[in-house]
Amino acid sequence: MRFIPLASPSAARVGLITLASVAVALALCALIFVFYGVSPAEVYSTMLRGTLGDSIGLAEVGRRTIPLLLIGAGLAIAFRAQFFNIGGEGQLLLGAVFAAGTALFIPLPGPLLLPTVFIMGALGGGLWALIAALLRRLNVNEILSTLMLNYIAVALVTYLIAGPWKGKDVRGYIYTDSFPDAANLPVIAGTQVHWPTLVLGVAVALGLQWLLGRSTFGYALRVVGENPGAARYAGISSARVMTVVALITGGAAGLAGAGEVAGIHHRLLEAGQISLGYGFTAVIVAWLARGNPALCLITAPVMGIILAGGDLLKIDLNMPFRVVDVFSGVILLCLIASEVFVRNRVVWGARA
Amino acid sequence: MTQPQPASSRPPALELRGITKRFPGVVANDSVDLTVDGGEVLALLGENGAGKSTLISILYGLYQPDEGTVSLGGQPVRIGSPAEARKLGIGLVPQHPLLVSRHSVAENLALGGGQASRGGGLFPARGVAGRVRELSEKYGLEVDPTARVSDLSPGEKQRVEIIRALLGGARVLILDEPTSVLTPQEASGLFRVMRELRADGRSLIFISHKLDEVLDVADRVTVLRRGRVVGGVPTAGATRESLAELMVGRGVDFTRKRGAALARGEVLLDVQNLTASGSRGLPALRGVGFTLGRGEVLGVAGIAGNGQSELVEVLAGLHPARGTITLDGQPLTGGAEARFQGGVAHIPEDRIHSGTVPSMTVADNLALRGYGRSPLARGLARDLKATDERARQDVEHYSVATPGIHTPSRLLSGGNIQKLILARELHGQPKLILAVHPTYGLDIGATDQVHRVLLERTNEGAGVLLVSEDLDELLSLSDRIGVMVGGELRGPFPVSEVTRESLGLLMGGAHPHSIPGAGQGVVA
Ligand SMILES: Nc1ncnc2c1ncn2[C@@H]1O[C@H](COP(=O)(O)OP(=O)(O)OP(=O)(O)O)[C@@H](O)[C@H]1O
Ligand SMILES: [Mg+2]
Repeated sequence: MRFIPLASPSAARVGLITLASVAVALALCALIFVFYGVSPAEVYSTMLRGTLGDSIGLAEVGRRTIPLLLIGAGLAIAFRAQFFNIGGEGQLLLGAVFAAGTALFIPLPGPLLLPTVFIMGALGGGLWALIAALLRRLNVNEILSTLMLNYIAVALVTYLIAGPWKGKDVRGYIYTDSFPDAANLPVIAGTQVHWPTLVLGVAVALGLQWLLGRSTFGYALRVVGENPGAARYAGISSARVMTVVALITGGAAGLAGAGEVAGIHHRLLEAGQISLGYGFTAVIVAWLARGNPALCLITAPVMGIILAGGDLLKIDLNMPFRVVDVFSGVILLCLIASEVFVRNRVVWGARA
Repeated sequence: MTQPQPASSRPPALELRGITKRFPGVVANDSVDLTVDGGEVLALLGENGAGKSTLISILYGLYQPDEGTVSLGGQPVRIGSPAEARKLGIGLVPQHPLLVSRHSVAENLALGGGQASRGGGLFPARGVAGRVRELSEKYGLEVDPTARVSDLSPGEKQRVEIIRALLGGARVLILDEPTSVLTPQEASGLFRVMRELRADGRSLIFISHKLDEVLDVADRVTVLRRGRVVGGVPTAGATRESLAELMVGRGVDFTRKRGAALARGEVLLDVQNLTASGSRGLPALRGVGFTLGRGEVLGVAGIAGNGQSELVEVLAGLHPARGTITLDGQPLTGGAEARFQGGVAHIPEDRIHSGTVPSMTVADNLALRGYGRSPLARGLARDLKATDERARQDVEHYSVATPGIHTPSRLLSGGNIQKLILARELHGQPKLILAVHPTYGLDIGATDQVHRVLLERTNEGAGVLLVSEDLDELLSLSDRIGVMVGGELRGPFPVSEVTRESLGLLMGGAHPHSIPGAGQGVVA
């Protein structure tokens, strides 16, 4: 087997290889299940039946798709600019904090409250990512800084709900009081699918795709990401582009955080309950979409199925709750490995 | 074997038969036949996009030919990858160095070193350092094995690539335009190396657009045109003119292109007392001052690293400096973007790392300067129709050979990438053109075209600051020539008062007064 570099891989090739790598990942996971002592057929049929098979399952997928779509679309943009944001989790939490603060403490007339909650959420997430962008100007790698900021965000949420923001009528529990009704999002009846956030997510994905492909800023972003030397030559400021990119990717995650608290929990509560690892799973969403925000409309539900299906495995098959991480990890590894096949043609057989 | 060999003669060291390679939209090589003997230097000539790089990419295992065979010493071989090529004793010094910038020279060499990298255990770079010193001494290829590649000049990088190929023990060594980034001194050093390798019985394939070099170092030339071999002659008895005619199919004029030197007109650019520090913190410009008249071509000669790059970067708004610069009576300030808008065009030294975005399309690359403004943008949105329209015009006007305007610029031949940059920079009416090696890698026809375009612009009133290591180019185009030495500008001298020899001496640091003919140079 030999690898021959391809001049320019076609879109079809990239798509097929991406699909193939997911298939390989599912096969590898099947092997893991065999060793774990459960039948892969049972695992996958449980997952499919419980997610796509009935309306409750579909709703669960939808609920998880919303934050994945928002964060993933923002990350797609960030990756194109070579800004490796893996702090979606922290930015989501800061969005939730800003949104909750607004809903709980700012007296606004009813119709104005929800838009403000979202705007503040985006601001919280954006500012959190901005810290990493500013540190990058001092040559601090953003992979490290965004990762560290995740931990600080968790600590901040814990401090707030156990300290200054602890609810008055919650007795021993640590969370805030409930939001006023005007700050709660409508849901599709009988589910936790807060559809206004879903609509927002679709709009953000399409809007960012436009930004990347059709706007002057998107052009500058691609130049900075693909050849920083040319950006300097043309007078495009990489630092300024990174600042805006950080605000966008962090802002999108912040919107997701606002949606989670205003749409599902109606209060600020422990970090682990607000986010089910969305910030990390969204990295896979963005990667599967190969940096195209609009393709997250497909890849976010796919990862939504895996998250929701994984939760079923814990309940129905009594599997450990880390099973979702196994899926995510294996898929990510397969995606990384697939890069070789995207960039090279493989020739089988003996050499002459 | 299918190829009958005359019983008397030994088979050639390297033989290509009927090599054909097609890319979408072009036949890059069309049944190419070619042979090289041991102890022979073959020059491969051809216009930009003629298929030279493609042919050697096939030899080096980067591409597979669609048809045809490669034989080494009479044995047909299949070269599936560069690693296999190296194993077969084929080495390549690529047109654009392929080194890992963040690593040291020794680490880079250990990476592709094959058996040469053995002996260092876990740290192959240590094992290789000794061999590198040995080779660089033997052939006079100066490099510091511990230096970081990112700190090296283009010429130094080229030397590392040559050493890498030699380390691999190449019997057939291919050099793709190795001299375009070398100073004349470095180039003659390289030719010495090439002669020694030839004396050693190795085979060399040499690509260059500089016909003097070809006549100097090659034994034989093979000429490609549009992918086909159109002729081959021994260099003994050939002249620049006869080779040029073979290449482009018509006569080419090598006389001075600029008529009589221009009568000094109105001052366009006035530079006073410019001081700047270089990338390594040392002073790169020490009190440089000169004026450039409207319609004038001011040549800047000098050995690489004497402040030419910094001078151009300062003028282009890419490098901070102290001193005053006025263009058209207005102080020249602001960043690169503002200066381009103000009429300063910049043809940069490094076309791959700063002049273009190789992964972007030709159309997008042509928009690098104007993407944010009308007519290429409306508000915050790009006007993709206008962008394509402009690209089509530019591609046609500058005859950029490309399969289409939506092809990534990385797939263009070296010369065509340069034409793309020229088309972009000269679009509109620049007042001041900063041209750094503007014809680097261009074939004779294209060089001629670039020279004509630049001179045309001066007739329209633009001033050109021409930085080049090619003295013939400087002498053929400039009205006055200055020489950069250690961050200072000597001259400029009217072109009638300097010669190749006096410029060479000035570049080496000789004082103007000690050189006959250059003594009365007026410092403007
Ligand atoms: N990978 C590729 N895909 C598509 N077209 C290609 C590719 N590589 C080269 N070409 C085309 O093949 C032709 C020959 O290119 P090549 O690089 O071999 O020219 P060259 O003779 O080396 O020119 P130069 O002197 O400018 O370096 C050009 O038209 C080029 O655009
Ligand atoms: Mg070439």
